[in-house]
Amino acid sequence: MNEGVVWLTIFILSVFVGIEVISKVSSTLHTPLMSGANAIHGIILLGAILVTGATDSTLALVVGLVAIVLATVNMVGGFVVTDRMLQMFTRKKPAPKNEGAR
Amino acid sequence: MPTWVQVVYLLCAIGFILALKGLSGPRTARRGNLVGAAAAVVGCVLPFIYVDHLDHVPLMIGAIAVGTAGGVFGARKVQMTQMPQMVALFNGVGGGAAALVALLELNHMLEVQDALDALGADVDAYGWFVYAATAFTIFVGSVSFAGSLITFAKLQELMTSRPVVFAGLPVAFGLMLLGGVGLSVLTVTDAAIGIGIALCLVGLVFGVLLVLPVGGADVPIVISLLNAFTGLTVAAGGYVLSNTLLLVGGTLVGASGTFLTLLMARAMGRSVGNIMFGALKGGSTLG
Repeated sequence: MNEGVVWLTIFILSVFVGIEVISKVSSTLHTPLMSGANAIHGIILLGAILVTGATDSTLALVVGLVAIVLATVNMVGGFVVTDRMLQMFTRKKPAPKNEGAR
Repeated sequence: MPTWVQVVYLLCAIGFILALKGLSGPRTARRGNLVGAAAAVVGCVLPFIYVDHLDHVPLMIGAIAVGTAGGVFGARKVQMTQMPQMVALFNGVGGGAAALVALLELNHMLEVQDALDALGADVDAYGWFVYAATAFTIFVGSVSFAGSLITFAKLQELMTSRPVVFAGLPVAFGLMLLGGVGLSVLTVTDAAIGIGIALCLVGLVFGVLLVLPVGGADVPIVISLLNAFTGLTVAAGGYVLSNTLLLVGGTLVGASGTFLTLLMARAMGRSVGNIMFGALKGGSTLG
């Protein structure tokens, strides 16, 4: 089996899955979803670790370490900021109920 | 790569799918985000376990610690009203990281090819499509980095949030796009690290020009679009590095991000084309 076609297959199927899983998102969740997806592409950290771990020149090492710092900020910051946004969502919900009960 | 590692990468990829699925429903959103975070952490720990000759481990762990501190600090300190620009900033640094990773990989590919040529072997170590994917990652990653920094500056009011248009903008825009395509073709035909760096610089200028004409109110949609761009660069990087998790994770974000951009534009009653280029045609998009 042609390896390039295997990669293409994974790519095409992922495109359809990516569209399908978020197709029913409510408009209030647009920003947290964008933020969560943003955190997921922070997985480039994995790529940064793989290339940096294989470097031997000093310049390449420095570039690789910069890439690791940037990718980590993307990944960790992305997930934390998404969680903060969603925390706000879950807190909002009980509030109107309580006011109604009063 | 051992089989068990490939299986764990698959499980992480499933984690990302479940994360996006969870994030699109109000009840499951927070859990979805945590599932995504867990999958990302597991994926990034793996190379430390299975790669035989991973060099510079202490330095890399130090860099991860610095990045974690910066990310947590930024994410916790930001005001609720400033969330969109924080997402833009995180997205931008991710795009920058992808471009740097691709530059390093291009450097590595050239070294391998040089070693083969020195042996007198008349073979191409990498196919043309690998070079094309590397060029794509360098260019679009740089566009995403520079574009996101401009969106950040606009929302943070470090610069005017009104559309910035000057007389030669469409010409400069076209020239940068042509330059990007031309340098990408050169990367495939006569790859050199200098061409990669030039591609990076052209991408940075193109990213700035792309976002300048967008008005402040439309900026969140541009952030979403650049987010999808970064996803696609990560996917291309995954192909170059032969890593399935990067390919699947990046493609998921690229596809769902593009779709989300269309949904957001529709919710605002605008078309994406009008948001990006409306100011160039004279139809103003006031911020």
